[in-house]
Amino acid sequence: MSKILVIAEHDGSALNPSVAKVVACAATIDAAEIDVVVLASDAGVIAQQASQIDSVSRVLTVERTENSHAISAVLAPQIVAMAGDYSHVFGPSTTFGKDLMPQIAALLGINQVSDIMSIEGSHTFKRPIYAGSGLLTVEAPTDATVVGTVRIASFASASSGNSASIENADSSVEVPAHTRFVELTSAKSDRPDLQTSAKVVSGGRALASEDNFELIYTLADKMGAAVGASRAAVDAGYVPNELQVGQTGKIIAPNLYIAIGISGAIQHLTGIKDAGTIVAINKDEEAPIFEVADIGLVADLFTAVPELTEALD
Amino acid sequence: MEKILVGLKRVVDYNVRVRVKNDGSGIETDGVKMSINPFDEIALEEALRIKERGEASEVIVMSVGPGEAQQQLRTGLAMGADRAILVESDGPVDPLSIARIFKTIIDRDGIDLVLMGKQAIDNDNSQTPQMLAAIWGRPQATFASQIDTNGDKASVIREVDAGLEKVEIDLPAVISVDLRLNEPRYVKLPDIMKAKKKPLEQIALSDMGVDTGPTIRELTFEPPVERARGVIVDDVAGLIAALKDKGLA
Repeated sequence: MSKILVIAEHDGSALNPSVAKVVACAATIDAAEIDVVVLASDAGVIAQQASQIDSVSRVLTVERTENSHAISAVLAPQIVAMAGDYSHVFGPSTTFGKDLMPQIAALLGINQVSDIMSIEGSHTFKRPIYAGSGLLTVEAPTDATVVGTVRIASFASASSGNSASIENADSSVEVPAHTRFVELTSAKSDRPDLQTSAKVVSGGRALASEDNFELIYTLADKMGAAVGASRAAVDAGYVPNELQVGQTGKIIAPNLYIAIGISGAIQHLTGIKDAGTIVAINKDEEAPIFEVADIGLVADLFTAVPELTEALD
Repeated sequence: MEKILVGLKRVVDYNVRVRVKNDGSGIETDGVKMSINPFDEIALEEALRIKERGEASEVIVMSVGPGEAQQQLRTGLAMGADRAILVESDGPVDPLSIARIFKTIIDRDGIDLVLMGKQAIDNDNSQTPQMLAAIWGRPQATFASQIDTNGDKASVIREVDAGLEKVEIDLPAVISVDLRLNEPRYVKLPDIMKAKKKPLEQIALSDMGVDTGPTIRELTFEPPVERARGVIVDDVAGLIAALKDKGLA
């Protein structure tokens, strides 16, 4: 029987929505028993939130001051100390999970399965390679723990309503002090979260300036959508890095994705291929974005976007 | 700081539209243009800039791969690396084994900083730098968009999902680099000539004494499910009608 440990991503005060998706992935393994571990300086509220996710058997808390920021070299040995009880250790394929999970795998002396997009069997998984140009089915050894990151755009969140037990699992494993958190700078916004929003409006290089990106924000606000961007728009400094969608940014799966002034390089398309409906507005009718768009409008964004914003009620 | 070790992986050039072989046995690579993994090129550029600022004395490029990876190492030497190491392997090598091979060279040559791309654009695994840091027992800073070295410490800005995270790490350490760290230099012809004279050490994988451990088997390759091309509407009114049709507006 599979026993799966899910590493909870959080920001110190709240559980990240990626956790419910990793649990959903884990729950597709037959008869899996799923524990979620919260490593934090104060796990209280975070553990409460995790305990509400359906399919979770237990929430384990590991509280120590060193866990106040997610430093992989600090977290990995604590997780490795408890990994022996589990057939699988899963984390999200977010920057948190990508940073941490390979350390756990290496300390266990095994390779990691990156970006699991489907479970084909308890040790067989499908994952994208070459920015999604190919899908590879892999089999992990059955005589070792499986360490994997879950491509969260491939899974709907597990439902909530559960009240799993919360148990203390404090450890005294020695952790290093060679890596120190200094600060986190993020553009504060009241807009929906890009990674989990049902609607996303994204802008590309054609916006041509930071000021013009206001067109994207205005449309997004009218629709209650999150804002995203292409790599080109981030590189040009129109928007901060956390808005980047694509192979090296965020992989998302909203119901509605509106790409404005984005040509649609394969690296961008790999970030949106699980979107429900893709809308493209672009002046260039040859732009590759139109090959994947469900609804395309060949138009100058500087006239079409204000018109669209105005017309939506 | 004395020595910086940079990992260079030979991969299918990022401009190539990759195709899965019809029989599902792999990716079509015959006659396809090969290059340095673009993230690794950024890692090398950063190493060279650190050396040019007088903060390091030697930049070593290293690859684990087929004999042909000499081409990518020569390009690295032409960019300005001092010497190259190729650990030669006929077949693919898993990330943990690559990390162990790097660790062996680190122990042999005494390395102060390892720079690598945050992922290779072929397998998109994003594992080797983190694994190396773990088995080396040294700090890591992944997804770096700014690196400042200062004696035996480095201050790194990381591109994370929530924004930009600044960490301070002790050296030696492993740093994996992201796209916005720098813009790699172009190689000039005289540098290519000069690079031919720089040392390139070849070591057989079997001579590394690295335990490759249990690996993940690749079963089948398949092309992704393509999205069907949709409709083109004439104007904004048409767009809104199409959205309403789908219950999205």
